[in-house]
Amino acid sequence: MSRYFTREHEWIEVTGNGATVGITDYAQHQLGDIVFAEVPAVGRTLAKGDEAAVVESVKAASDVYSPVSGTVTEGNEALSDDPSLVNSAAEGDGWFFRIDLTNPSELDGLMDEDAYKSFVAAL
Amino acid sequence: MSEIVDGTHAGADQIMPQADEDEDGPSIRSLPLDAWHRGRGARMVEFAGYHMPIQYDGILPEHLWTREHAGLFDVSHMGQLRLTGEGVETALESLLPADITGHPIGKARYSLLLSEDGGILDDLMLTRAPDGSIYMVVNGATKWDDIAHLREHLPDDITINHLEDQALVAVQGPTAVAAVARLVPGVDGLTFMDAGAFDWAGTPLWISRSGYTGEDGVEISLPADAAAAFVDALSADPEVRPIGLGARDSLRLEAGLPLYGHDLDPETTPIAADLGFALSKRRREERGFPGADRILAEREAGPALKRVGLAVEGRQPVREGATVIDESGAATGHVTSGGHSPSLGRAIAMAYVPLSQAVPGSTVRLSQRGKIHEAAVVALPFVPHRYHRKGDQK
Repeated sequence: MSRYFTREHEWIEVTGNGATVGITDYAQHQLGDIVFAEVPAVGRTLAKGDEAAVVESVKAASDVYSPVSGTVTEGNEALSDDPSLVNSAAEGDGWFFRIDLTNPSELDGLMDEDAYKSFVAAL
Repeated sequence: MSEIVDGTHAGADQIMPQADEDEDGPSIRSLPLDAWHRGRGARMVEFAGYHMPIQYDGILPEHLWTREHAGLFDVSHMGQLRLTGEGVETALESLLPADITGHPIGKARYSLLLSEDGGILDDLMLTRAPDGSIYMVVNGATKWDDIAHLREHLPDDITINHLEDQALVAVQGPTAVAAVARLVPGVDGLTFMDAGAFDWAGTPLWISRSGYTGEDGVEISLPADAAAAFVDALSADPEVRPIGLGARDSLRLEAGLPLYGHDLDPETTPIAADLGFALSKRRREERGFPGADRILAEREAGPALKRVGLAVEGRQPVREGATVIDESGAATGHVTSGGHSPSLGRAIAMAYVPLSQAVPGSTVRLSQRGKIHEAAVVALPFVPHRYHRKGDQK
């Protein structure tokens, strides 16, 4: 089990062939109070970099991109009732969707936690 | 993740380049309370050419605090003007539709700077001061154009002073006036739209009981060099917290108050904007204000599009830039402000819709980024105003 990060502030936690995707704590902090989240439908096929989900704060609307290619196996239904989960637990219960990877080698281009921390520190 | 829409009018209102260090472009200026905001942990953004606080703790808690307690807003970016000269009231009446000669001294009123064709150049507050001058507060992003417009059209013997050495702070919320009165005795004697001179420890204050949140409160003009000490004293009161531009925008949206540059612009008339109350009776009868023919014809026949409030179905905010569409999907109007209402816990918006739909209860369809949203036209304001009007119980 390992966690990767994108330059667009998504995280992806990989377990075997499946993975869970969300936005980072840094991202939720930048967005501010989240008031709406829309997750992808189960069965949707995503290519790496596709717009997979939408997150809106009081301030702004943002797209969440899929860090990898694959098929969506689950969307986090809890977010429709309580989008503030993204604020309170961005890298835990506030996950967006689960996906079965079609091309695990795509993970090679992503950052590990230390690299992401350095990336954010330089912003 | 990447931002696709900046919903805060703060971020969207950039009229000057972002970079301070760009030697060729105009630089972003700092206001008198800049260091004070930063010391309070404000997140600063560029707005109307100035560094301004967008938020401190967060837009949501700041918004709700203002509805329940007292919020302190720095609005020193706005243009404060003093007009003096013989016949200044009549002279100014040639540029806007308010009855100024018949307006009481020491009372503020809302008005509109109008172009020759009746379009809105700016919205503003004006007060007849006891010394015979007219004190005006205009929008920060438009103040330079306003000054040029006034200078061009007013006679030379009318003097326009831009009060650049004055800061402007607003204190808004149900406990705001009590909090200010603890520092400045007598302020609680003002009723809505009253204005007058006060004193705080030797600092002259010009205070009007008005604001831009729908709550009771005051707006205080004071010398810039005394502003930090004054807001320090104010915010030592546990009822008072500093509030950023983000919550200012959501508060005014709930109060149904238009924002210039978004809900109002030179293409918009007072009638389309549903601001007919700004046309004084005498001025309507005399027809002597800019664009009177067009505006009064529209007042009789109705405008093609009219500004309304919308309660949007579902939780997703529908923001400025979304279109109002008909059954076939063709655009018939547009959303000019919109977002999440912290007080109501739902999505609300202001939009210009065809007159036939501009009645509470009618439904409209909105299109935003390829998605259709249903909305109902509702009466404004979304959240009732709580102004302290004459005759109200204290």
